[in-house]
Amino acid sequence: MPRAKVKQVYFDHNATTPLHPEVKKALVAAMEVFGNPSSLHQFGREARKLVEDTRGKVAAFINASAEEIIFMGSGSEANNTVINLSSCQGYRKCEIPALKPNKREIITTKIEHPCVLESVACMEERGTKVKYIGVDSYGKINLNQLKEALSEDIGIVSVMAANNEIGTIQDISEVAKIVHAAGALFHTDAVQAVGKIPIDVEEIDADYLSFSAHKIYGPKGIGVLYVKKGAPFCPFIRGGHQEKGRRAGTENTLGIIGLGKAIEMRKNEMTDEAKRLAFFKKKLKAGIQKNISDIQFNGHPTESLSSTLNVSFGGAEGEAILLYLDLEGIAVSTGSACASGSLDPSHVLMATGIPQEQAHGSIRMSMGRETTEEEIDYVVERLTKVIKRVRQISTVAPGEKHG
Amino acid sequence: MDNTSDWLYTEKVKEHFMHPRNLLLEESSYQADGRGVIGNIKCGDEMLVMIKVDKEKNIITDCKWKTYGCASAIASTSVLSELAIGKTLDEAYKLSSHDIAKALGGLPEHKIHCSVLGDKALRAAIDDYYTRKGMLDKVREEKEHIICQCLGITDAEIENAVLEGARNYYQLQERTKIGTVCGKCKEKSMKLLDEYKAKYFPIPNK
Repeated sequence: MPRAKVKQVYFDHNATTPLHPEVKKALVAAMEVFGNPSSLHQFGREARKLVEDTRGKVAAFINASAEEIIFMGSGSEANNTVINLSSCQGYRKCEIPALKPNKREIITTKIEHPCVLESVACMEERGTKVKYIGVDSYGKINLNQLKEALSEDIGIVSVMAANNEIGTIQDISEVAKIVHAAGALFHTDAVQAVGKIPIDVEEIDADYLSFSAHKIYGPKGIGVLYVKKGAPFCPFIRGGHQEKGRRAGTENTLGIIGLGKAIEMRKNEMTDEAKRLAFFKKKLKAGIQKNISDIQFNGHPTESLSSTLNVSFGGAEGEAILLYLDLEGIAVSTGSACASGSLDPSHVLMATGIPQEQAHGSIRMSMGRETTEEEIDYVVERLTKVIKRVRQISTVAPGEKHG
Repeated sequence: MDNTSDWLYTEKVKEHFMHPRNLLLEESSYQADGRGVIGNIKCGDEMLVMIKVDKEKNIITDCKWKTYGCASAIASTSVLSELAIGKTLDEAYKLSSHDIAKALGGLPEHKIHCSVLGDKALRAAIDDYYTRKGMLDKVREEKEHIICQCLGITDAEIENAVLEGARNYYQLQERTKIGTVCGKCKEKSMKLLDEYKAKYFPIPNK
C-alpha cells in the first residue's frame, strides 16, 4: 500500500553523516583508480599519488606532518591501536617494547566511546592497571582526580576531545600539559571533534589523536591515527609494509580519496557551519523549553559541540520517543537502555550522575551541514506532540517525584 | 525510503504501539476492581494494569493499562489487555509472557522481558481483586517473594527454573531473564539457586 511520504529530518549526525556531494563526486571519479598503491607501475603510481595527496591534506588540516598520519579502517581501530600499545611485548622490528614494562598503566575516563573502554577493559583483564577518571554533572573530567591518579607507572592517558552523546568538549590542551608533566603519553579520541571544532595537534600537544571520515561527510571504513614523530608505536594489524609498516593491509584508496575531499570541504565549511548550528541549537533548546514541561538538558551549557543537544523528558522513555519521532520522519538517538540492546542506560549519562530514569528518558539530537531552520521548527512541533503522547501512555506523570 | 519499512519489531507490535488498545486515560475516574503495578522506572519499564470483574461469572469484563517503557513494552501491555478481556480469572492468571510474545508475532530476544512484565502486572491486578474480596486463599503474591524488582521475578519462578534444569546463574537468566536489567538481585538469586539445587538435587553422600 503506498504511503504518503513523510518529511525526513536527520538529527543523528553524531552517529554518521551523509556524504558531502563533492565527496560523492570524488568517489565516483576515484572508482576508476584501481591500482595497488604499492605497485611500481603506472597504475600503482597513480593510486599512490592520490593516497599521498590526501595524507598531506589531512596532516595540514590538523597541523601535523604527513609522516605522522596513518590511515586505518576506522576511528575504532585507531583507538584500539593506541590502547594496545600497553600490551606490546616487543616483536621483531617493533620499537621493542613500545612502552617500558614499568610504565604501562592506563588512565582513561568514564565517558569514553566503547571502543576505548572495551580495549582498556581487555588490557585490564590481561593484567594492566587501569584508572578511570570521573566527570562532573556537565561531563567535564575532573582534572584534580587526573593529577592524583598520575604516577610514574602511567604509560598512556586517553581522554576524548568531545563526547558523542552529550557533546561536552574537554580542555584537552590542559589535560595534555598535566599528563606530560607526569611523564606519560597523551591520546585523544577526536572522532567527534575533528572537522567540527579547530584541532591543532601542536597546540594540543597530543602524542596520538584518532578520528574518522564518516563523521565529517566522508565515506565509512576509513579512519586516521595521528602519531607524533618519535612517539612509541606498535602495529595492531601486522604483516605488511603499508603505512611504513605501521598498519598492514592494502590501502583503502577509495576511502582515503573520499576522506581527502571531506577534509577539504570541512576546511571551507566548518567555521560558518558551527556558527549556524550554534544558532539552531539555541533555537531548538528555547523551543523545547517553551513547549515541553519537566525537561533536563544534559551536557555542558556552553563548552559543547554546537551540533549536539541531549535532553531528558520526565515520565517518557527514550526508545518510545525515538520510535514515535521516527514515524514522523525524524531520526534521533537515545541513551535509554531499551534501545541499546544491552539493558543498561548510557554509561556517559550515568557518569554525569543523573538518576537512571533521566537517562532512560534521554534523546540526543545532532544536527549537521544540511540542517535548516525550518527543520528546527518541525522538530520542536513534532517532539511536543510525541512527548505528550508518550506521557499519556506512561505510568509516570510529568514532574512527579519517584523513587 | 519509506520511513515505516523494515520496522524494528513485527507489524503487530507496530500496530499496537501506534494505536494502543484499552489505554487508561483517567485513573481517578476509573472504577477498577483490581489494580496491579509491576516494574520500576529506574529499570526502564513500569506497567499499571486495572481490571473490572463480573463477580458472578468471575470474568474480566474490562482491562485498562498504562506503561512507562519502550515500544515493545507498550505493545505488550496493549495486547495483554485484549487477551485478558473476556477470560475467567483462572484463565487470565495462566496467561504467560509466551502468550503475549506470540500474540505480538514474536519479540526480539532482548525484549522478552517486556512481555514478562505484562503477564505479571495482570496477575498482580487479579491478586489485588482477590485481596479486596477477601479471597486470600487465591492470592499467589502473598506466598511468593519478588526477588528481581525490575522484572518482578519471584522465588517461585527461580524454583521452577531449577526444576526445569537451570543449574547455574547463566541458565537461570536464560529461563527467567532475572537480573538482566539492573542486576542488583544477583547475589540473592544465586543464593536461592543454590538452596533449590540443594533441596531438589542434593549431592549424594558417599
